Amino acid sequence: MDRIDAASHTRGESLFVDDMPQPAGMLYASVFFSPVMHGNIQRLCLQDARSVKGVVAVLTWENIPGENQIGSIIQDEELLAQRKVHYIGQPVAVVVAESTEIARKAAKMISIEIEELPAVTDPKEAFEKGCIIDTPRTFVLGDVDSMWQKCDLVLEGTCDTGGQEHVYLETQRARATPLEGNNIRIYSSTQSPSAVQHHAAKILGLASHNIEVEVKRLGGGFGGKEDQATPWACIAALVARVTQRPVELVLQRADDMKMTGKRHPYKSDFKIGATKEGIIIAYEVKHYQNSGATADLSTAVLERTMFHSTNCYYIPHVRIFGVCCRTNLPSNTAFRGFGAPQGMFAIESALTKVAEKLHLPREEIQVKNLLAERKEFPYGQRAEHCSIRTVWESAETNYQFQKIRKQVLHFNQSHFETKKGLAVMPVCFGISFTTTYMNQASALVHIYTDGSVSISTGGVEMGQGLITNITTIAATALGINPGRIKVECTNTTRIANMSPSAASSTTLLNGNALLIAINQILDRLKTLLAQELSVFEKEKISIMNEKVFVDAHDTGWAWNQLIHAAHQKRICLSAHGFFATPKIYFDKTKEKGRPFAYHVYGAAIVEITLDCLRGSYDIDSVKIVHDLGRPLSKIVDRAQIEGGLAQGLGWMALEDLRFNEKGQLLSRDLATYKVPDAHFMPDNIEIEFLQNEKGTLGPYGSKAVGEPPFMYGIGVFFAIRDAMRAFRPENDFNFTSPLIPERILLQLYPEYIKQTLDKNKNLSG
Amino acid sequence: MIPLIVRDSNFYMVQELHFLLNETEISTTAPSGIVALDYLRKNLRLTGTKEGCREGDCGACTVLVGELINNKVSYKSVNSCLMPLGELHGKHLVTIEGLNMSVLSPIQKAIVDKGATQCGFCTPGIVVSLTGYTIKGNRLTKEGFKKTLGGHLCRCTGYRSLKQGFDAIKEHISSESGVKSHVEKGIIPEYFLNIPARLARISEKSSGKVETPAEFVIAGGTDLYVQKGDILPYSRIDLLNTHPEMKNIVRKNNLLHVGALITFEEFSNHPEVIKAVPAIREYISLIASTQIRNRATLGGNIINASPIADVAILLLAMESTLILKNDNSMRSLPITSFYKGYKQLDKTPSEILAEIIFPIPDSATRINWEKVSKRKYLDVASVNCALKIKGEGGIIKKIHIAMGGVAPIPLFLKNTCDYFLGKQITRNAIEGAFPILQNEISPIDDIRGSSQYKRLLARQLIIAHFTRLFPEAVKVKDFYGPN
Repeated sequence: MDRIDAASHTRGESLFVDDMPQPAGMLYASVFFSPVMHGNIQRLCLQDARSVKGVVAVLTWENIPGENQIGSIIQDEELLAQRKVHYIGQPVAVVVAESTEIARKAAKMISIEIEELPAVTDPKEAFEKGCIIDTPRTFVLGDVDSMWQKCDLVLEGTCDTGGQEHVYLETQRARATPLEGNNIRIYSSTQSPSAVQHHAAKILGLASHNIEVEVKRLGGGFGGKEDQATPWACIAALVARVTQRPVELVLQRADDMKMTGKRHPYKSDFKIGATKEGIIIAYEVKHYQNSGATADLSTAVLERTMFHSTNCYYIPHVRIFGVCCRTNLPSNTAFRGFGAPQGMFAIESALTKVAEKLHLPREEIQVKNLLAERKEFPYGQRAEHCSIRTVWESAETNYQFQKIRKQVLHFNQSHFETKKGLAVMPVCFGISFTTTYMNQASALVHIYTDGSVSISTGGVEMGQGLITNITTIAATALGINPGRIKVECTNTTRIANMSPSAASSTTLLNGNALLIAINQILDRLKTLLAQELSVFEKEKISIMNEKVFVDAHDTGWAWNQLIHAAHQKRICLSAHGFFATPKIYFDKTKEKGRPFAYHVYGAAIVEITLDCLRGSYDIDSVKIVHDLGRPLSKIVDRAQIEGGLAQGLGWMALEDLRFNEKGQLLSRDLATYKVPDAHFMPDNIEIEFLQNEKGTLGPYGSKAVGEPPFMYGIGVFFAIRDAMRAFRPENDFNFTSPLIPERILLQLYPEYIKQTLDKNKNLSG
Repeated sequence: MIPLIVRDSNFYMVQELHFLLNETEISTTAPSGIVALDYLRKNLRLTGTKEGCREGDCGACTVLVGELINNKVSYKSVNSCLMPLGELHGKHLVTIEGLNMSVLSPIQKAIVDKGATQCGFCTPGIVVSLTGYTIKGNRLTKEGFKKTLGGHLCRCTGYRSLKQGFDAIKEHISSESGVKSHVEKGIIPEYFLNIPARLARISEKSSGKVETPAEFVIAGGTDLYVQKGDILPYSRIDLLNTHPEMKNIVRKNNLLHVGALITFEEFSNHPEVIKAVPAIREYISLIASTQIRNRATLGGNIINASPIADVAILLLAMESTLILKNDNSMRSLPITSFYKGYKQLDKTPSEILAEIIFPIPDSATRINWEKVSKRKYLDVASVNCALKIKGEGGIIKKIHIAMGGVAPIPLFLKNTCDYFLGKQITRNAIEGAFPILQNEISPIDDIRGSSQYKRLLARQLIIAHFTRLFPEAVKVKDFYGPN
């Protein structure tokens, strides 16, 4: 089956928030934000902006009728800054005008006086100053302290992991319409309609039922619209409430980049102990997360970093420390992988250090320490249906890894300034929201008398293929043609209390809720059929290809006839299904539990070619083995794997998020912040699906696929490092990402840096 | 409809634009300075064209612009976010809506079949670009297809599925190309057949007179709209592309005369230019994207005076002369004396750059152009460098080197060149140039890289030039190999 919405996408007919027909009298909003990192607001001058012709209103926190608070986990985030500002880009005022152009122009006429306060951008500095969010956490397995002396070698190192801008092609946007009474309808580009509903109600001092949130689709989310679509939707709702006119707020790219949070940069210190054969005995890591100005989802992100700090390796003695450090940057937020990539990068760096010290290829250390069935993770869960070794072996065999390794060696011996590099990146990723209560979902199914089907779930389509998956599940379960099924937009009046579409769990949660709903209807239909067909055991009845069978015999009943009959017999053709992931829990007081329903395993072989003169590289190929369970749709899953990979490669080697010491974003637009393009990505991406259905809770044996592939991209860092070492085996390279041409070249030629610097000194001296 | 712009009556421009939008003839008095994207989305509510960045980096807003040349319409893909509406007068603007037929085109179908659309936001622009590529009349190649995709960002797919569309599309489009065959094959709608005749009628209509003096003179606008996009719609502008005399490339004796409005694409595809700079196609593919190169002009690249201007760097090494004109006078000056400081030019406000002239290199002259950027394609260089060199018996007789990203201006390396004159091409001679080079450049720390990185790159790119052009004389190993 093709993706449900593919044809309309190619025709430009798929509607995003601001593509929908505009209601008469619509207003446009533009946001005025803090120009400084940290300070007390002394004076805010709005008069000039208000006097611009076409400006309808300029709103500040004083216009908020309810509570000026949008913090999701911790209540530390104002919608509009009240007395203090904490980062450049923090919304302070909203200009509302008859056109976007007027609103933007007027916003530039707002002036603000701020008494500047000391600011911090570095997580370790923030930690030392006591600027942290929540309390630091520690996961412990075994006893690292007593083990160091028993190791043949103990190595220490530091990782400096860069952030990442989401670059959803569709920037943040929302439209709000006042309805009768106190009610407001919000069209939002959000992964979390219920969060928008909840916070908009709070901002406006209304009940949740006064706010209706509707989401048709997102032009990409990737985590960037999990929590951070909320402020823009709330601002739109506020304007609609105050002006009693429809309003639209669309962030321009540069504003979106400035005002919204990104993937968390981390600083991680590690210490690793191993035998001389390369068996890892002990590992200690301290993660200092750069959380930005507010909590947002940072504590949950940190938790996932800690859950994934040993990736797919079994290490008997582990101590993982993690802390959210509050800095004066836009609040960092969810991004595909949700903290796991940073945790995995640190352990991969540590393993690399061991391999290099022992003069062994990295992959030998990796394979010696792979996780096995029943082995314990540092958080207490034991590996079940662990397929990492099968994955690794299939990758070795199918892609002839040893042959590639030899070819690389041979190439490097026969080339001077061009070197090839190779790395394997295995991944073990836990599936579930680590906040246990969020693992729930609902679905609503209606069958109309003409036999067509309407489905609502709490999942949001954002390009991941949810509606294709949902359609496939429904068509399979009902035994009817997918063409009869329509997946509705996501709306809070049809589905209440949704968890965000996140954590790679949207199909698992909503698909299972859908199956529960469908099974209720099927049960009623089969009861009817049992009567009509005089069959005593209704389990013998099935519907396939729109026909009713008893055992394998076609009864002659067709879908339409069945539905018509059911309606005539006053049988309910609607159902609501609710699903909660069973058997998961986590005890934060002990930092032990079973937080994940299951784990997804996979591995990627990344090969690159490095131009050691210019410092630039090409990614030659990425060859993946991915344990996918039984895919609902190969075309959807493959797309998710490749898309995740692209973002992972970009994060590790290209996407260079930079702020200056004043907290100003230097990589402030798509001219200065580059994401993977058709040339950066290798033409050669091979994927082998390992169809291990064991252990999954996904509908029809499917497994989560959204996030795990992101971490295959980590391989590119170590592949480039491999090539750098081939050119300069004696140099000591750092673990700072992204490994962009600048970092490559400076580390390949440290002696010339010194030379040119000395010359400069001579010149200026 | 909500008025798009509140116009100050002093700036009101009496101009009526006539053009074809898909199948419809448009007559509008909308300001010529607004961009086509806003006109489409806001005035006409044609929402298939998406806004992703407003700076030509994502390609989501790609449209085709058809121009009547010798009774045929030639289509180019452009970023509608950087395209002033005024330039559409007499042209055919094609959006995704204008490509849709009752059934999917082979291009649309290939994207569906390969699973090459996910969130769908970038997809319409890609369909438009690929249609433009196939319409163009060049032989379809995998590489050409990929370069077309190079003008687009997709954050969902990883591009493999998009690239795979090539084979599916190639099946439908044989060597035969052009509008007629494309209509027959169901790639574009039938109404395209009548466009030449309709455009011919429209082009007779006048667009009226622009008020002068202009506050902004716009050539391709690909950088100006990025910098001043918020104010250009409200300003008095002069669209230079209405000056046809600045759009020619002519060889006169040993000199190539290039009109300042020649676009990067026109320049790099011109037979005389390819003769003069044989690897120009390779270089140009590393500069911007197809959509930008279809608009960006040589003159704009020079006048914009970015210290990192890719084409200006090449033209500096090519010993170019600039012809500057105003209403009553004309003068020429070497490009090497044109740049006076950061964004400061030897040019009066009334002068416009009309022409660039450079000597056609003889067969003994070698040229190389180097660029290093974070991302190889469609990115601004950290450092770029062009070299033109003539050697005789291993001795450097003539040498011209220009480097970008290392000074407030696109820098001609005069001292370094002087040093090299008369030298034998050896490792030691090249090493000897580096202290002079390092004295001559003054890079700063910025988002493109630290000054120390740029200093290192300056050295590396000089080595790259010599080792690439004279592999028989010097190798990288001579510089960095074991002694």
